[in-house]
Amino acid sequence: MFANFDFGEITRNAPQLFFTGLAFTLKLTVLAAFFGTAFGTLLALMRLSGRAPMPQIAATYVNLIRSLPLLLVIFWFYFLVPFIAQAIAGSERPLTIDPFLTALITFTLFEAAYFSEIVRAGIQSLPAGQAAAGYALGLSYWQVMANVVLPQAFRAMLPILLTQTIVLFQDTSLVYVLSLEDFLGVAGNIGQRDSRLTELYLFAALVYFVISFAASTAVKRLQARSAITR
Amino acid sequence: MTTATAATAAAPKAHCASAVIEMIGVSKWYTPEFQVLSNCTAKVEKGEVVVVCGPSGSGKSTLIKCVNALEPFQQGDIYVTGVKINDPSVNLPALRARIGMVFQNFELFPHLSVMENLCLAQQKVLRRSKEESVARAMKLLDRVGLADQALKYPGQLSGGQQQRVAIARALAMEPVAMLFDEPTSALDPEMVSEVLDVMVELATEGMTMMVVTHEMGFARKVANRILFMDKGEIVEDAPSKTFFDHPRSPRAQLFLSKILSH
Repeated sequence: MFANFDFGEITRNAPQLFFTGLAFTLKLTVLAAFFGTAFGTLLALMRLSGRAPMPQIAATYVNLIRSLPLLLVIFWFYFLVPFIAQAIAGSERPLTIDPFLTALITFTLFEAAYFSEIVRAGIQSLPAGQAAAGYALGLSYWQVMANVVLPQAFRAMLPILLTQTIVLFQDTSLVYVLSLEDFLGVAGNIGQRDSRLTELYLFAALVYFVISFAASTAVKRLQARSAITR
Repeated sequence: MTTATAATAAAPKAHCASAVIEMIGVSKWYTPEFQVLSNCTAKVEKGEVVVVCGPSGSGKSTLIKCVNALEPFQQGDIYVTGVKINDPSVNLPALRARIGMVFQNFELFPHLSVMENLCLAQQKVLRRSKEESVARAMKLLDRVGLADQALKYPGQLSGGQQQRVAIARALAMEPVAMLFDEPTSALDPEMVSEVLDVMVELATEGMTMMVVTHEMGFARKVANRILFMDKGEIVEDAPSKTFFDHPRSPRAQLFLSKILSH
């Protein structure tokens, strides 16, 4: 069945596949995971703050985002953001925004909703006395969060945060709908150009599998090592 | 936190400037039906050791947590060195930094080493340099007999050792008073005395202490006064000897007969 396959197609296009496509995908994944975690942590703190209207705002945001398909949010942002930017800047026509930036903002806002729930669970898993001990020493709210609560919450939740990042890594392939040059997009373009779609999609699947599987194996090993002894 | 209304409190008493801790008519409700503290009034003078005892659920721990505002209360006032802690404009972190607190479950930070536990607030709150905070931490660890454990993590220590580290951590802030919330209740019996020894030493050095405990031996030995609580009320406030030899209230008599009979 592989008689008609031309795997030289892969090696010939390897530089473009890896240095353009995969680089884009990894960059988007890492940056979106970073900013998504930062914004998600803020959402989690808002939700746990108990000071109206903070929890309500955060809960509404998280529930809204989690009820929408990612693809819809990607479209929505891609077509709406130029108009929003136009309104803010007061310019005559919709502004063109760097497509990578659009994708990054979209994934950050979307993933933050999921990361916030993970961080919230992490914070709630700590004994309440930990924060109390911090306050009793005279630390402020932000000092308690930064030095006592969040380091422990992140340590407890790191495996789940990384697992969510692996899901994010796969989800970034959805930017193909915006014709962006992510790994899958590049593979598809080359395949279409050279009529070698089967080879390229097989190869793309292999690369996604190897990276995701290796990452989740690493997460499992990390999980076994990172438990805090109380 | 509202001030006591005329209907519920008797003539408001002026607070006494010399007391380190003064509670006036403190009441707290968890729900409108469930009152945990009712009209608690007491003082802890400088250098005094006051033991708070009473049956489980009598509000002892809640009361002591009100003193450094870890628990809010709805009525009454608490003054710490003359500063009203339930004043909305009070700088709570600065106030809490001056009162040491030791918890039932130690609450050392498990992700930090013993040394880091002792240095964190010294550096973040008191803005001490690394050298100064480490030097002070070592001195205090030495004092509680744990200088050799400085680089270990709390999870590697026994309960008694952890609680001694917790006491050292509180002392590192050079507090004007120490609050102990059942410091030996979570310990294995053979570790109770090592913690009590440290507390007795502190008391004899003149530290102002408010201690919630069931250790009546400790209370007899070092307490100046005993607050006996039941159902959220301070039923008896008496010098230690008077309380143990001639408890006035039937509830205190019953309590003592139960815990001292064996």
